[in-house]
Amino acid sequence: MGNKHNLARGVTVVGAGMSKFGIYKDRNSKDFFIEAFQDMRASVDKGLDPRDIEALYIGNFSNDFFVHQAHWGPILAELIGHTPKPATRTEGACASSALAFREGVFAIASGFYDVVLVGGAEDMSKRNTEEVTEGLAMASVSYERDAGFTFPGVFGALATAYFHKYGATREDLMNITIKSHNNASLNPRAQFNMTIRDMMNAKIEKCKVRGEPVPTWKTEKEFLSDPVANPPVAWPMHLFDCCPISDGASCMLLVAEDIAHNFTDKPLYVAGLGQGSGRGLHAAEGLTYFEATRYAAQEAYEMSGLKPEDIQFAEVHDCFSMAELIHIEDMGFFKPGEGYKAIAEGQTRLNGSKPINTSGGLKCKGHPVGATGVGQLYEVWKQLRGEAGARQIPNKNLRVGATQNLGGTGGTCTMTILERR
Amino acid sequence: MEERPFNDNSYQQFLNEEKLMGSKCKACGAVSVPPRPLCSKCYNTTMEWVPFRGIGKLAAFTSVFVGPPYMVKEGYNRKHPYIAGVVELEEGGRMDARIEGMDATRPELIKVGTPLIVTYLHRDEGIEKKTFLAFKPI
Repeated sequence: MGNKHNLARGVTVVGAGMSKFGIYKDRNSKDFFIEAFQDMRASVDKGLDPRDIEALYIGNFSNDFFVHQAHWGPILAELIGHTPKPATRTEGACASSALAFREGVFAIASGFYDVVLVGGAEDMSKRNTEEVTEGLAMASVSYERDAGFTFPGVFGALATAYFHKYGATREDLMNITIKSHNNASLNPRAQFNMTIRDMMNAKIEKCKVRGEPVPTWKTEKEFLSDPVANPPVAWPMHLFDCCPISDGASCMLLVAEDIAHNFTDKPLYVAGLGQGSGRGLHAAEGLTYFEATRYAAQEAYEMSGLKPEDIQFAEVHDCFSMAELIHIEDMGFFKPGEGYKAIAEGQTRLNGSKPINTSGGLKCKGHPVGATGVGQLYEVWKQLRGEAGARQIPNKNLRVGATQNLGGTGGTCTMTILERR
Repeated sequence: MEERPFNDNSYQQFLNEEKLMGSKCKACGAVSVPPRPLCSKCYNTTMEWVPFRGIGKLAAFTSVFVGPPYMVKEGYNRKHPYIAGVVELEEGGRMDARIEGMDATRPELIKVGTPLIVTYLHRDEGIEKKTFLAFKPI
């Protein structure tokens, strides 16, 4: 009680990979994981002999429901020649692979293993949208389901509470969507690799070709305000406030600090880890923040000795635009009720003072739920190594990045801080 | 008052009887709706049932245009959205509930803070029979 959270020995990230998230009707989780695994192997500067991996931790939320196959630990272990060594599946809804990452870190910090592979996978496209909605809602609480809440519905409700308390509007959320698409247009791995403006132009072109009336949107916000182009899903959450259904996998190679240089001269250090648990809407402390994220952030800051202003950029769990606004406040980047103003000022843009979701976020990069936590860390890996290409943050001294992953309706939240030393 | 276990099942049985019931810890007085068998404040397990009047106000809401299969089965769709809300109860505490008597097609006109009163929606017959907690404007 009250002890400072610390690792018994240092843990580093020396490799990372992900599959290109998207809809793949003719491929499954094994295909996605192999793609991520090969990408990870290619990223290890001094090479990896896969036989050196001692344990595997895999996040998967609900392939049980989506494709009627559970028990993904040994299945993926067999796939990469890891058997008979241990493989463990972690489940924390959409935060499943952030939990796998934590378990991998703990396994090394304890001294039990030196080389661990962590990751996640999810295969969602084999079910229709209504079924996926139902499957995801398995991670909410029963009272929410009885009331008819969907996931977009929960974030829609939080938005109405936030709007009421702080005076933000739908237009403030549009700033988030526009920014995410701008970043994604620079990310070749994004599921929606285009700006809102690109999408508007494509739709206008289509209308011209078909001889249909051409829409008259002038600005991105006019497009996003058009109920035909951007219909409500769970008001005030509209289509462009919501992340897509995606398939994909991600993985990361973790090794003990003392052997990191066998793999790379540029390891990233696990500087901060935090995880919290939350209650459903009916029992939550408040309706404009997640107590689990605040707790996770407090843990991660305490362990790292860092403060919110030390985090130079972050990937946060923007399953819905409203979620991004809540998270950047819960992580302490902006005061409660101030986040939307900072967004409007451009502070969270790629060239802003606190770039958020440089990958395009879940909204545009895609959200194969079990793969997302490590997928977010993949972006931090890319940015801190200066390998983010066109979306590289224009800061020569980029050293500290963080992720925030959320499962269910705030039931499981994590914060992870990686540092280049 | 009642010899029922303090759990979800009893809570649902009470809803079926058109009663909104919570638990009160006899040791520290903490009230909870839905009921809980263990007080999360003082860890005591001696509880008593307390009725809620079913008066409250709207704390948060959404108008759902794309619902899950069980709501689609009730006839809701893009053209016929429904409202799900969080209701702040007069006695303290909140509940998730369906919101009736407000125009789900015009959610921009709905105000957080609207005073509400409980109503009970009885759905389906036979073994699937279930009552859902709902609120409507006073």
